[in-house]
Amino acid sequence: MAKKPELLPGTLDMLILKTLTRAPLHGYGIAQSIKALSRDVLTVEEGSLYPALQRLALKGWVKAEWKTTETNRRARYYTLTAAGRKQLGVELSEFEQMILAITRVLQNA
Amino acid sequence: MNAMLYFLRKLGLLFRRKQFHDELAEEMSFHREQLQQEFQAGGMPPQEARFAAARQIGNVARLKEETLDTVGFRFETFLQDFRYASRQLRKNRAFAAPAILILALGIGATAAIFSVVNPILFEPLPYPHPSRLTMLWEKRSDGSSMYVTFGTYRGLAERTHLFEALAVMKPWQPTVTGPAEPERLEGQRVSAAYFHALGVLPVIGRDFQPADDQFHGPNVAILSHRLWRRRFGADPGIVGRQIRLDDNTFTVIGIMPPGFENVLAPEAELWAPLQYDPSLPFDGREWGHHLRMVGRLRPGVSLTQARSQLDVIMPILTRIYARGYTSSGWPAVGFLVNSLQADLTADVRPALLAVLGAVLLVLLIACVNVANLLLARNAQRRGEFAMRAALGAEQPRLVRQLLTESLLLALLGGALGMVVAEFGVRALLALSPPGLPRLSAIRLDPVVFAFGLGMTTLVGVVVGLFPALHASRVDLHTGIQQSSQRSTGGQQWTRRALVIAEVALALILLISAGLLLRSLQRIFAVTPGFDAAHLLTMQVQESGHRFDSDQARYNFFDQALQAVRQVPGVISAGFTSQLPLSGDYDIYGVELEKENNPEGHGAFRYAVTPGYLEAMRIPLRRGRLLNDRDRNGVSGAVLISESFAKHVFPGQDPIGQQVRAGPDRGQAARSWSTIVGVVGDVKQASLELGDADAFYIPNKQWAWADNTLSLVVRTRGDAAALAPAVRNAIWSVDKDQPVVRVATMERLLAASEAQRRFALIIFEAFALVGLALAVTGVYGVLAGSVAERTREFGVRVALGATRADLLALVVRQGMVLAAIGLVTGLVGAVAATRVLGTLLFGISPLDAVTYTGVSAGLAAICLIACWVPAWRAAGVDPSITLRAQ
Repeated sequence: MAKKPELLPGTLDMLILKTLTRAPLHGYGIAQSIKALSRDVLTVEEGSLYPALQRLALKGWVKAEWKTTETNRRARYYTLTAAGRKQLGVELSEFEQMILAITRVLQNA
Repeated sequence: MNAMLYFLRKLGLLFRRKQFHDELAEEMSFHREQLQQEFQAGGMPPQEARFAAARQIGNVARLKEETLDTVGFRFETFLQDFRYASRQLRKNRAFAAPAILILALGIGATAAIFSVVNPILFEPLPYPHPSRLTMLWEKRSDGSSMYVTFGTYRGLAERTHLFEALAVMKPWQPTVTGPAEPERLEGQRVSAAYFHALGVLPVIGRDFQPADDQFHGPNVAILSHRLWRRRFGADPGIVGRQIRLDDNTFTVIGIMPPGFENVLAPEAELWAPLQYDPSLPFDGREWGHHLRMVGRLRPGVSLTQARSQLDVIMPILTRIYARGYTSSGWPAVGFLVNSLQADLTADVRPALLAVLGAVLLVLLIACVNVANLLLARNAQRRGEFAMRAALGAEQPRLVRQLLTESLLLALLGGALGMVVAEFGVRALLALSPPGLPRLSAIRLDPVVFAFGLGMTTLVGVVVGLFPALHASRVDLHTGIQQSSQRSTGGQQWTRRALVIAEVALALILLISAGLLLRSLQRIFAVTPGFDAAHLLTMQVQESGHRFDSDQARYNFFDQALQAVRQVPGVISAGFTSQLPLSGDYDIYGVELEKENNPEGHGAFRYAVTPGYLEAMRIPLRRGRLLNDRDRNGVSGAVLISESFAKHVFPGQDPIGQQVRAGPDRGQAARSWSTIVGVVGDVKQASLELGDADAFYIPNKQWAWADNTLSLVVRTRGDAAALAPAVRNAIWSVDKDQPVVRVATMERLLAASEAQRRFALIIFEAFALVGLALAVTGVYGVLAGSVAERTREFGVRVALGATRADLLALVVRQGMVLAAIGLVTGLVGAVAATRVLGTLLFGISPLDAVTYTGVSAGLAAICLIACWVPAWRAAGVDPSITLRAQ
C-alpha cells in the first residue's frame, strides 16, 4: 500500500469548514467530499473527523442536527454557522499567507 | 462572550453525557456501515469489507477518548482515573492495606509531632506584635543569666525609652477562702504594666494602674476567665466586690478574656500588683534575684539596638545602687535580652527539633517502603500496562493514571493518619516533659490538617512518580508476551536502592535512640548525693495571719514534724527550704571570717530542721550533723558541702571556721556561725551539672522564718502509699494549711530528666517502626527475587548445586544490600547525631560502643530476614520448577 501524504497539521478544521460551505453534511459525507475533491490524495483517518467536529461545534462554528438520509437512515448533519464562515475566512487567509511564504522560500532559496 | 458560550455549551454536554456518547457511537457506526457498503459495492466480500471499514475509521476507543478530552472537563478524566484507581486498590487489598497502613503511620506520626512543634517553635505567640516581646535577665560575669532584682527593674525603667512597657513578675500561690472550700490558687504578683506589655487587657473591669502597684497599696486582683467561671459562677457583678485571699481582703477589679493565654505562667489564674518598696532598702527583698522581666519594645527598635543600649545602663545602676547590688550577692555585668518566644522555648528546642528530625526519618522510611511496594506491584501489572499501551494509552496518560493511584493511596493513608495523629497528640501530651510551653495550643487544628493534606499530596507524588515513570516505559512486545512476574533488571536495581535507603535510615534512627538511651543510663548512674529510694516529698505552706510571727511559724513546722514522725511506716522526716531536683533554686552569699569578703561566696542555701540530712541519708564526712539544740538564740551552727570545703578551705580543716550567711553578711552587729560539719555533695539543679557548693543552716537560725518548707519522709515500704497518712498528720496540726507538690523522690529524679526521657521514648518508638519497615523491605525484595529466580535455581540444582550453595547465594545477595545500607547509615548517623548535641550526656555523638552494637544488631536482624527466603530457595525441586515453564 502506497503511503499517502499526511494532512498538514491544523488544516483539518479548515477543510471541514470549507466542505460545509456548499451544504450541510454528515461525517461520512464530509470524508467522502474531502477525498473526492482532493482526487483521493488527501485521506483523513476518518475517525479523527469526530473529535474535530465536536471541537468545532463547541466553538460554535458548526451546528449539528439529526436528520434522515435519502436512504432513510438517521444521521447527524453539520451546518456551517455565520461564526464558522467568518472563522473559515480567517483560516483561509492565514493558510494562503503561509503557502505563499513557503513557496517564496522554495523558489528563491 | 465567546468563551462564555463555549463554557456553557461544554456544561450542557456535561449534563447530557450519556446522550452524547450514544450519539457519537451511532454517528460512527453509521460511518462504518456506509464505508462497508461502499467497499462491498466495489466487490469486496462482506467480512473483508467490514475489517477494511474499521481500519479506515481507526481506533474507536481512542477516538472516543480524544473526543471526550475535547468536550469534557479536566476533572472528568481525573474522576475516571480515580474510579479506576479505587477499583484497582479494592481488587488488590493484600497490597493496598499494608501500603495504606504504613503511610498512615508515617503521616500520622509526622502530623502529631508537627502539632506539638508548630505552636511552640514556629507559630507566633498569641499576642499583638509578638516579635516585639522580649525577656530580660541580669547577666553574670560568666555570661550566665539570673533572675532580676526589683532594684534593677526600677533603675532600668527610669533610664530607658526602648520599651513601650516593662514589667516584672513572680509566682504567687494564695489560698482563697469564702463560701466554697478553701483552695490554693496559682497566680502571679506583677508590676502594673504586665498586661499592657503582653497587649491583652481585661474584658470586664480594668487593668492595673500605677496607683495599684505601690508600697502598701490597695489589695486588688484580676481574675482569669476560667477562675471567674469556676469559682464565682461567671457573675459579672464580681468586679468591685471583695474576696478573701490568705486571710486578706482583695477587691476584684477585672476579668481577663476567655482566650487569654498566659505563656509566662500558663497555670496562673489570678494576678495582684507586686507592691515592692520603691525606696529599695538594700537589705530587703527588693534586691533579691527572684523576678522575671518582660518588655515590649517600641515599634522599630531591634533586639540588637536594645542589647547595646542596655549594656550601657547596667554599670550605671551598679554604681548608683552599689550597696543593693552587693547585698544581692551576685554582681551583674549587663543584661541578657532574648525574644520572648526564643526564651520560652530555649529549653525544649533541642528535644523538639531532634524529635522532628526523627519523625521525618520515619516518614521517609514509610515513603521508601510504599514506593517499593508499588514497584513490586507494578512489576506484576506489566501485562496490563502493555495492553493499555497497545490500546492507545500514551505515556503521560499512563503516568497520570498511576499517579492518581498513588495519590489515592496517600489520601487514604492520610485520612487514617489523622486518626493516628489524634491518638499520637494525646500520647505526646501525656509524655510531654514538664515546662513544655503553650501546652494548651497543642491540638489537631486546621493548620495541622492543612499540613497533613499538603504532606499527603507530596507523599503521594513522591511515592508514585518514580514507579509510575518506570512502569510507563513498557516495551509492548515483552510486556504482552511475558505477562509473568518477571521484572526487568532496571527495576530490580531500583528496588535494591530503596532497600539500601531503608536500612540506612533505620540505622540512623536506631543509633540516635541508642545514644539517647546510653545518655540516660549515664545520667541515672550519677548518684544524686542522697538515697532516693523510699523517700516521700511534699511542700507545706503556712497561710494566714496566725503565722505572722516567726515563733508561730516555727511551732507549726515543729508540731507537723512531730505528727509525721508518729505515722506508722515513717522512719525519719525533716523540713528543708529547698528540695533537690524539684526546680527549687535558692543561692545566698556566705561571708568568711578568714577572708573578710562581705559580698560572700555564693552557695545553695538549705534552711533545714534537724533530721533532714538523716532522712535524706546525705553522708556526714566530718564533724557532726544538726540537732534540736541548734535553735535560735544560741550560737549558730552551719554544715557545708564537700565541694564548698574543697573550694574555700583547700587543705584546711573547715570545722570551727566562722561564717555569716545571707542578709547577715557584712553586718557587724550579727554574730558569726560556726561550721560544725562537712557533708556529701548533693545534686540540686540537675543530675548533669557538676557539684555546686552548698550550706545547711538550722531553719531557726536563718535571718527569717520561711513560710514554705519541703518535707522529706523516709518510709519503710512504698513511699507513695504513705502520702495520704503523712498529709493527714500535717492537717491534724492545722487543717487549713496547703500541702502541695506531693511526689516521691524517685519521681522527681525521673522528672528532672523528662526532656531526655521524652526524646528517648519517641526515638525508641520511631526506631522500632523504622526497623520493622526496613526489615520487611529487605525481606520483600529478597522474597520477590527468589520467586522470580525459581527456574534459575532449578537449573542450578539440576547442574549440581547443593542446598548450601543456594542458601549462600541468596543470603549473600540480601546481605550485600544490608551491608551497603549499614555503611551508608553509619555515614548518615555521624552527620545526623550532631543534632542531638545537648541531649547527650557523658558520651560522644560518635560513641563507638553504640555504633558497633546497633550496627551488629541490625545486621543480625537483616540476616534473619534474608534467611527465610533463602531457605525457600534452597528447597527448590528442579523436577517441578523446570516442568512448570
